[in-house]
Amino acid sequence: MHIGPEIGTQGQHLRISVLALAILGGAVFAAPALADAPAPSALDNGMAMFDSGKLLATGGVTNVEGAGGGGLATWALITGYGTDNGVGVDAHYTYVGLSDYNLQTVGVAIGVMDRVELSYAWSAFDTQQTGAALGLGKGFTFHQNIAGLKVKLFGDAIYDQDAWWPQISAGAQYKATDRSAVIAFVGGKSHDGVDVYLTGTKLFLAQSLLVDITLRETKANQLGFLGFGGDKSNGYSTQFEGSAAYLFRRNLALGAEFRTKPDNLSIAKEDAAFDVFAAYFLNKNFSLTLAYVNLGNIVIHDNQQGVYASLQAGF
Amino acid sequence: MRFFTVAAFVLACAGATPAFADDDSLFQDLGGRDVIEKIAQYTAANFLADPRIKATFDDTNMERFEKLLSAQFCVVAGGPCEYKGRSMKDAHRALGLDNADFNAVVEDLQDALDKAGVPFATQNRFLARLAPMQHDIVTK
Repeated sequence: MHIGPEIGTQGQHLRISVLALAILGGAVFAAPALADAPAPSALDNGMAMFDSGKLLATGGVTNVEGAGGGGLATWALITGYGTDNGVGVDAHYTYVGLSDYNLQTVGVAIGVMDRVELSYAWSAFDTQQTGAALGLGKGFTFHQNIAGLKVKLFGDAIYDQDAWWPQISAGAQYKATDRSAVIAFVGGKSHDGVDVYLTGTKLFLAQSLLVDITLRETKANQLGFLGFGGDKSNGYSTQFEGSAAYLFRRNLALGAEFRTKPDNLSIAKEDAAFDVFAAYFLNKNFSLTLAYVNLGNIVIHDNQQGVYASLQAGF
Repeated sequence: MRFFTVAAFVLACAGATPAFADDDSLFQDLGGRDVIEKIAQYTAANFLADPRIKATFDDTNMERFEKLLSAQFCVVAGGPCEYKGRSMKDAHRALGLDNADFNAVVEDLQDALDKAGVPFATQNRFLARLAPMQHDIVTK
């Protein structure tokens, strides 16, 4: 089978890489400029809303879908370091190198008044040699745009140490992919879809342990790259995401995550995913997350595992 | 699945309910009275050196403040002390502090705990007992 021409996948990759560098580079130059600002000015007053007032690491990192979270899981924490009187913005670039595929994501997110999070991410899933094996062409790449909204409903993951309840947030993500022809061929019902989720995150500070549990209603196949719904099932199913992270130092967390996914396509079995990660927070402007990740079977290749690297920059 | 995950989360939460200061293990692990006095001393010095919050202490008798801080830390840690200062609510009502101020205080305290040589895990046990004070201290 040969479906769809191989249109400019290298160009798309280059664009994503350049965009990532531009955004991260912008943050690199902006951060010291902010720190060195001398006397108060109109600009300073305007920048005061970027209060960087949260504690280190409590803004979390950015997950594969561009939302504030861990790596695979979405957390209830609102991204960035803005407090309830401020705003925080960040950009990220993530590379996931698997046995037979690779995934790149670049995105931006803003946390407003520690209440609302808006995010946008562009992803590219490169089939490398597998594309040739499937007759799609070597390096055939699926692209996905993800727009996210998250709202903190109640509780505070950090301060409510005298209470049992976690911080609870609810969110929605609109995901749209290209490659409709391939998606239809494998049995996918739509090239776009909406996920909704409810997430609870709590820092058990006395134990230096952060725990997250997220329930997601979704139709997405392989996070959305293979479309939404399928021949086996075209309905929403409830999926689970969980993270546990141990804080070793103020700037270092080590943890593991688990995420279930729907299994809607009869020709491409889908498994749960897990990772083991280390997140290092250089300061409130930069963090680096490294992980071993296993996404299970992806189309014709079982046990897709590899490295996950994500750089976040913000203020 | 849904029942299982909710149950697991509730159990995880219940297992981690903070133990209240019936025992003095945290007081001992911090290093006892001497180390707590040092922590209070370093913390007060950090507050005065911190441009984000130092103005809050313009009219404060720092010698008395340091003694009260030490007594409060000792009580919170489960030590054999008595705190005779005002409640957190009364002491901070007029200051109009926000979460960024509160977190600045936390960072200054963490620096003091580092300087006093308190291991990170012990610091967090201590901070976990102080964190709920945010509800009384932050007013805007």
